Amino acid sequence: MRKYSVFTVAREAMRGHRGWEAQWTSPEPRKEYDVIIIGAGGHGLGTAYYLAKEHGITNIAVLEKGWLGGGNTGRNTTIIRSNYLYDESAGIYDHALKLWDGLSQDLNYNVMYSARGVMMLSHNIHDQQVFKRHIHANRLNGIDNEWLTPEQAREFCPPLDISRTARYPINGAALQRRGGTARHDAVAWGYARAAADRGVHVIQNCEVTGLRRNANGSIAGVETNRGYIGAKKVGVVAAGHTSVLMEMADVRMPLVSYPLQALVSEPVKPIFPCVVMSNTVHAYISQSDKGELVIGAGTDQYSSYSQTGGLQIITHTLDAICELFPIFRRMKMMRSWGGIVDVTPDRSPILAKTPVPGLYVNCGWGTGGFKATPGSANVFAHTIANDAPHKINAPFTLERFRTGRLIDEAAAAAVAH
Amino acid sequence: MLLIYCPYCEEERSELEFRQAGDAHIARPTNMTEMTDEEFEAFFFLRDNVKGLTYERWRHLNGCGRFFNAARDTVSDKFVTTYKAGLPKPDISTLRPATEAIVETYEATESDAK
Repeated sequence: MRKYSVFTVAREAMRGHRGWEAQWTSPEPRKEYDVIIIGAGGHGLGTAYYLAKEHGITNIAVLEKGWLGGGNTGRNTTIIRSNYLYDESAGIYDHALKLWDGLSQDLNYNVMYSARGVMMLSHNIHDQQVFKRHIHANRLNGIDNEWLTPEQAREFCPPLDISRTARYPINGAALQRRGGTARHDAVAWGYARAAADRGVHVIQNCEVTGLRRNANGSIAGVETNRGYIGAKKVGVVAAGHTSVLMEMADVRMPLVSYPLQALVSEPVKPIFPCVVMSNTVHAYISQSDKGELVIGAGTDQYSSYSQTGGLQIITHTLDAICELFPIFRRMKMMRSWGGIVDVTPDRSPILAKTPVPGLYVNCGWGTGGFKATPGSANVFAHTIANDAPHKINAPFTLERFRTGRLIDEAAAAAVAH
Repeated sequence: MLLIYCPYCEEERSELEFRQAGDAHIARPTNMTEMTDEEFEAFFFLRDNVKGLTYERWRHLNGCGRFFNAARDTVSDKFVTTYKAGLPKPDISTLRPATEAIVETYEATESDAK
C-alpha cells in the first residue's frame, strides 16, 4: 500500500494522476479462513482491521452482500458523541471517541473527524433535570459535557432561535465539545484499505445464505451465493439483518428491525457550525463539509426491512427543524433515504459470544451505531481473538436479557439515539 | 403512506390513525411467577423479527381505538390481510393479493429477498 501524503498528491499531480492504485483488491474467496466477518460496514471492516493490527490474525474475509459501506454506514447522519448516562455506555462510547481522535493518522486515510461540538437542546424543566443529571454522570466518568444558558447556546450556534415566542422555547442546552461528525464513507473505505493492506480479503456481492455447524454444534463455515467457505470463527456484524443471520444458527435475538430515515438539503455556504439535537421535538441537524444540511430523527413506527420509510416521518422532522431554525424554512431538501436499524429492548448494543461456539455477534446499535464504529470494532476484535470479551464490552452480553442486567439507555434518554 | 383496513371499522384508513403494537399470537403466560428466566426471556425479549411475512398487532388508535391483527410483508410493507383480535392465524396461501408484484423498495426489486 502506498502511503497517502502531501508528497504523493504533489507527485501524482505532476504525473497526471496515473499512478494511483486501487485502495483494496477484490480477491476470489479462499476455501477456508481463520475468521469470517459478515457485513462490510464500518463495524465489520474495523473488526477485521483491529484483528489484523492488534491480534496478528490476517487470514480473514469480510463478506458483504451488497457493496462496501452501502448499509447503515452509508445511511446515517454521522454524529459522534459519548455523553451517555450509564457507566457501561460511557465506557464503550468514550473508547470510540478516543479512537476517532487519531483515526485518520492510524489508517492513513482522512476520515474527516471534526470535533465541532454536539449541543442537545433543553425545552422544559424535565429536559433540564435530565441533561444536568447526564452532565454530572458524564463528568464522574471523565467525559466532557457542560450546561449552557440559552444565550450561550445561541453564541455557540448563531442560527438558533431562542426567543420566548418560539414554538419550542429553549431554556438551556447540554454541550459536548469533543462530539462532532466524520465522513461516513471514508470510515468504511479507510478501514477497508488498511485491512486489505494487512492481507484481509474484502469480498463484495457475497451474500451469506446459511451457517454450517460441526457435529458438536460449533461453527464450521458459511454458505454463500459464491459457494461454501469454511471458517474457524464467524462474527456477525449485520445491523438490521442480524436476526435473519442468527436464525440460520437457531439463535433467537432480542431485536426488532426498523427503518430509520435521514435527509439532506441542497448544499449551501457554511451556515451551521455544530451538531444540534433536540430530544423533545425530536430532530437533529448538522452541516456536511459539502454544504448540505444533514437532518434526521427517530425511527419509523413499525418494523420493516424496506430501506425506505413513511413521508410523514420526515415531514414531521422538518416541521421541528423549521421551528428551531426559521432561517431554513425555504431550503430545498435534495435526498432522503432509510436504513434498517436493529433495536434492542434496552437500546444498548450486544457485542458478545453466542450460545454457538465460534460464533460472535455485534449488533443492536439501533439508531446510533456510527459514533461507536472504532470502539465497537476494537473491542469486538478482542472478543473474537481471545474468545472472551474485553472489559469494556463485557456488560454488553446476550445473556443480560435473561439475567435482567440491562443497560437501560432507553429509559435514560427516552428517545431513540 | 399506507392505507390500512380496520376490521372493526370495516374501512381503509390512513396509516396516521394506527400504531403497530408488536408481534401477534403471543399468549401472555398465566404462571408468570413459576416461569424460569429462560422462559421469561423468550416470552418478553426474544423476537423472530421476520424478514418476509409476519403476524403482528395493530391498534386503530385515532379511530375506534381497538386492537386487531395483521399479516404483513416486512420487505414490501404490503398488508396481506387484517383480522379481528382473538381469531386464529388466517391461511394466507388463499389470500395472496394479485398485486403482489407491485413493490418498489430496493430490497424487493434488487435482491432475491421475498
